[in-house]
Amino acid sequence: MRFLLLFSRQGKLRLQKWYTPLTEREKKKIIRDMTTMVLARQPRSCNFLHWKDLKIIYKRYASLYFCLGVESQENELLALEVIHRYVELLDKYFGNVCELDIIFNFEKAYFILDEFLMGGEVQETSKQTINRCIENSDMLQETMEEYMSKPAF
Amino acid sequence: MSPSVPLQEMIRAIRSARTQCEERGVIQRECAAIRAQFRQADNEGRSHNLAKLLYVHMLGYPAHFGQMECVRMIASPRYSEKRVGYLGAMMLLDEKQDASLLITNSIKNDLSHSSQFVQSLALCTLACMGSAEMCRDLAPEIDKLLRSSNSYIKKKAALCAVHIVRKVNELGELFAPAARSLLSEKNHGVLHGAVVLITELCERSPETLERFRKSVPELVHIMKGLVLSGYSPEHDVAGISDPFLQVRILRLLRILGHNNEVASDAMNDLLAQVATNTDSTKTAGNAVLYETVLTVLDIKSESGLRVLAVNILGRFLLNNDRNIRYIAMTSLQKIVGTDHIAVQRHRGTIVDCLKDPDASVKRRALELSLALVSASNIRSMMKELLNFLSTCPLELRAQAASGIFAAAERYSPSQRWHIDTILHVLTTAGGDVRDETVPNLIQLITTASELHCYTVHKLYRALLQDISQQPLVQVACWCIGEYGDLLLKGDCQEIEPVQVNENDVLDALETVLQSHMSSPTTRGFALTATMKLSTRITENVDRIRSIVSIYGSCIDLELQQRAVEYNALFKKYDHMRAAVLERMPIMEKNSTGQTNGETTGELVKEVQPVKVIQGQPPTQPPASQVCDLLDLLGDSNDSGKPSSSSAQSSNNTSSPGGDLLDLLGGLDLMPPTPVPTIPVYEKNGVNLTLSCQKQSETSLIVTLTASNSTDADITTFTLQAAVPKSVQLLMKAPSGDHLPACGTVKVTQVVVLNNPNKVNLKMRIRVSFTSQGVAFQDTVQVDSLPECR
Repeated sequence: MRFLLLFSRQGKLRLQKWYTPLTEREKKKIIRDMTTMVLARQPRSCNFLHWKDLKIIYKRYASLYFCLGVESQENELLALEVIHRYVELLDKYFGNVCELDIIFNFEKAYFILDEFLMGGEVQETSKQTINRCIENSDMLQETMEEYMSKPAF
Repeated sequence: MSPSVPLQEMIRAIRSARTQCEERGVIQRECAAIRAQFRQADNEGRSHNLAKLLYVHMLGYPAHFGQMECVRMIASPRYSEKRVGYLGAMMLLDEKQDASLLITNSIKNDLSHSSQFVQSLALCTLACMGSAEMCRDLAPEIDKLLRSSNSYIKKKAALCAVHIVRKVNELGELFAPAARSLLSEKNHGVLHGAVVLITELCERSPETLERFRKSVPELVHIMKGLVLSGYSPEHDVAGISDPFLQVRILRLLRILGHNNEVASDAMNDLLAQVATNTDSTKTAGNAVLYETVLTVLDIKSESGLRVLAVNILGRFLLNNDRNIRYIAMTSLQKIVGTDHIAVQRHRGTIVDCLKDPDASVKRRALELSLALVSASNIRSMMKELLNFLSTCPLELRAQAASGIFAAAERYSPSQRWHIDTILHVLTTAGGDVRDETVPNLIQLITTASELHCYTVHKLYRALLQDISQQPLVQVACWCIGEYGDLLLKGDCQEIEPVQVNENDVLDALETVLQSHMSSPTTRGFALTATMKLSTRITENVDRIRSIVSIYGSCIDLELQQRAVEYNALFKKYDHMRAAVLERMPIMEKNSTGQTNGETTGELVKEVQPVKVIQGQPPTQPPASQVCDLLDLLGDSNDSGKPSSSSAQSSNNTSSPGGDLLDLLGGLDLMPPTPVPTIPVYEKNGVNLTLSCQKQSETSLIVTLTASNSTDADITTFTLQAAVPKSVQLLMKAPSGDHLPACGTVKVTQVVVLNNPNKVNLKMRIRVSFTSQGVAFQDTVQVDSLPECR
C-alpha cells in the first residue's frame, strides 16, 4: 500500500497516511487527483480505478470516501476488506462512528490506524486484539494524565 | 496573543469560519500562539499544541515549524507526549527532512523501553518513515525484537523488518533466519507479519527464494488449518477464517511455486481444496478465490486445476457484483494469450459486459473482446464491437476504432465486408480514428477493383448525410474524384441504383470546400477531387474551372498552390490534363507505420511539366511507377493496368513485374569496373553520363548527368529508369529540365538504389526531350552499374 486517504463529499481531507516518502507538493497533487477522480464516479460503479501505475480502491461510507492506493500485485478485493475492517474498528471505538467523530478526534483515528496497518501492510488480523490494544494504550495515557491531573486533549 | 484553546475548541472555531479568509485568520492566530508556546521551554499543554498543529497541517497549511517540537516530544518521558510526538514525526518528518535523523536515538531508546506500547510507537514510526540510514542503524535492534517472547512486539518487528528490507536490500540476509522461525507461531498477527516478511525477502533475492522453498509444506499445512478449521470468532470474516492471512499465504505460495515443478506439485491439492471449498457469497471469500486463481495460473499447475481456475473466473463474470466482474476480466486478460481456448468459452459473457454501464468494466471488456477476435467469430464479434462503438464513452472510442481496424485487417472474410466495416466505423466514430486510417483505407479501396462502383456510391451517400467526420470526408472525396465516372453512371449491382448527376456531385464537393467544419487537409482532398472530375464528367467542366480559379486566391497556402497549379493545367497544359488526371493504378501496401496525411490525394506537385518524377516520401503509391516501367520496357504486363503515361508522382519501391529479369536474363554481366563515370547515351545532341557511389552494403547512389552538345536549346528533358525486381529505386528531383545549347549548363538527376538481395544491378533508362520543336524519346540499357568501392 502506498497511501490511505479519507475525504468528505466536498473534497475536504479528513485523514492522510503515506507509506512512501513524498514531497509536500507531490502529496498535494495526489490528494487533488484522488478527490477529483473518486468524486466524479457514478454512484453504483466499480470500486477500482487505475491511476498511473497504481490501483486505486475506494469505498464510500456515509459522507466519507476511503481511498487506498496500492501496487499492481495487490489483491483489490482484499483491499476492500481492509477498508471495511478499518471502518469496523472505528465504529467499535467511537460507537456508531460518523464523520464528526473523525474530525474532532483525528489523532485517535490515526492511533487506531497505526494498530491495524504498519508500513503499508496489515499488522493484526483480529479485531478484538486491536480493540484491546487501543483500550490499553488509552488507559496508559489516562493514568498518566490523571496522575499529572491534566485533561486528555 | 490569544490564549491557547484546547484542540476541539480550535477545530470548532475553524469549522465555523464562514469564508476562506476568516478561516485563514483563525489559523494564523492559532499558529502564532502555538509557535509562542513551542518557544517556551517547559509547557504543560505541549501535546495539545502539537495536536492542533497537526490538524492545521491536515487542512493544508504549512507546519514545518513543528518539526523540532516533534523531536522534543518524542524524547519526553510522558506517554501522551510521546504518542503525539511520534504521530507528528510520521506526519511532518519524512526521510527528506534533516530533522528526521535527530529522532534516531530516541527511537533506539524507545525500542528497548519497558512498556510495550512505547516500543510499539517506535516500531511503527520507524516502519513508516525510517530512512535508509536509520534502518541500517537500528536493524540489529529489530532483529533482537523479532526473537522476543511478546507476540505484540514480534508482529510489529516483523513489519518493521519489511520496511527495512525495502529500504536497504542487503539487510534481508539478517532477517531470514528469524523469519523462518516465526512461521511456527500460532498467533495470527505474528504469522501474517512473518509471511509478509518472507514474501519480501523472496521477491528480492533468488537465493533466499530457494531456501524458503523448503517451507512450502509448512505453509500448506497452515493454510489447510485455516480452511478446514471450524468457526473462529476472533478471525472470522463472513465465514472465512482470517482472509487476510489466507491471501498472503497464497501469494507467497505463488512466488515459491513459480517456475518450480516440485513446489507446485506440493501445493496442488491445497489449491484445489481452497478453490472448491471457499464460500463465494461475500467479498472475503471472493478475495481468497481470486488469489487462488492467480496462484494457480502462475505456477506450474496441472491442467485440471487450470481449467478449474478459469471456470472460477467464468463464474465471476456472471456475478452481480461489478467489482468481481471487473477483476475477472483483468485476470482473463492476463491469460488470454496462453489459455486462449479456455477464455473463448466465456466470450458471450465478456461481450455482454460491453453493455455494462460502468466505464471501468466497459474498458476491460473492450480489451478482452479485441483479444478474443478470431477468424471463426469475426462476423458476430464485429457486430457487437460496432454496436459498442456507437454507444461507448468518448475516452474509449479511439481504442475501439483502432482495435476494430486491426481485427478487420487480420480476419476480414471478404473485401466488401472489410470496406463496409471501415465505412461503418468512419461514420460512427470518424473523428477518433488515427491518421493512418485514411491512406490505409484508400489503398484498400483501390485493391478491391470490383467494388469501386459500390464503394463510391456508399461514400457519396455518406458524404451527403454528414460532412463533419474528417477522415470519412477525405476518403469520400478521394473516391469521388477517382471513380466519379462510375458514380455518374449510376448502375451498380450491389446497391439500389440512384441517379446521380454531375451538378449534385459538384455541389457535394463544393459544400465540403466551403464548410467551416472541413480541415485544410480535407479541403485539399476536395479540391483535387473536383479537379479530377474535370476529365470524368462531360458537361460541367466550366463550373470546375471557375471553382478552381476562385481558390487561386485562397488564404490557405496549400489550397492556393493547388488551385494555381490546376489552373495552369487548364490553361497552358490542357493537352496533358487527361493524361495527368487519369485513373490511378492499384497501390501496393507499404510498410506499416507510415503516416501519409494528404499526399495520396495529390497528383501534381509542381507547376513544371508533369513528366517530372519527383522524390517523395516513400509512402507514395509506388505502383504508378510499376506501370511506367512496364511500359518503358515495352513489355506486356500481367496486371493490365491503364496505360502509363508519365509521371504520376513518385516512384519508389518495388520494381516492375517479373518480366524484367527475364528480359535481362540473357545478357552477360560484366565484372564491375572501378571506373566511376561512364557515358551512357550520346545521341541527338544529348550526352548522358552515369556515375555511382556506394552508400552502404546495399545502397547505391547513381548520378545521371546530361548535357547538350547542339546549338539549339533542349527543353522538357526527362529521365525515367527501371531496375531489376528486387531492387528499390528512388528518383530524386532533377536539377532542371532545360539543357541550354553548347553544354553550358548540365542537368543532373540522382537515383538512389537499394539492393538488399545484392542482385546484379542493371538499369534501363528512357530519355525524352524536345529539341527545336521535335520530340525525341529513346531508351538505353546499362548492363552493369560500376560499383565504386
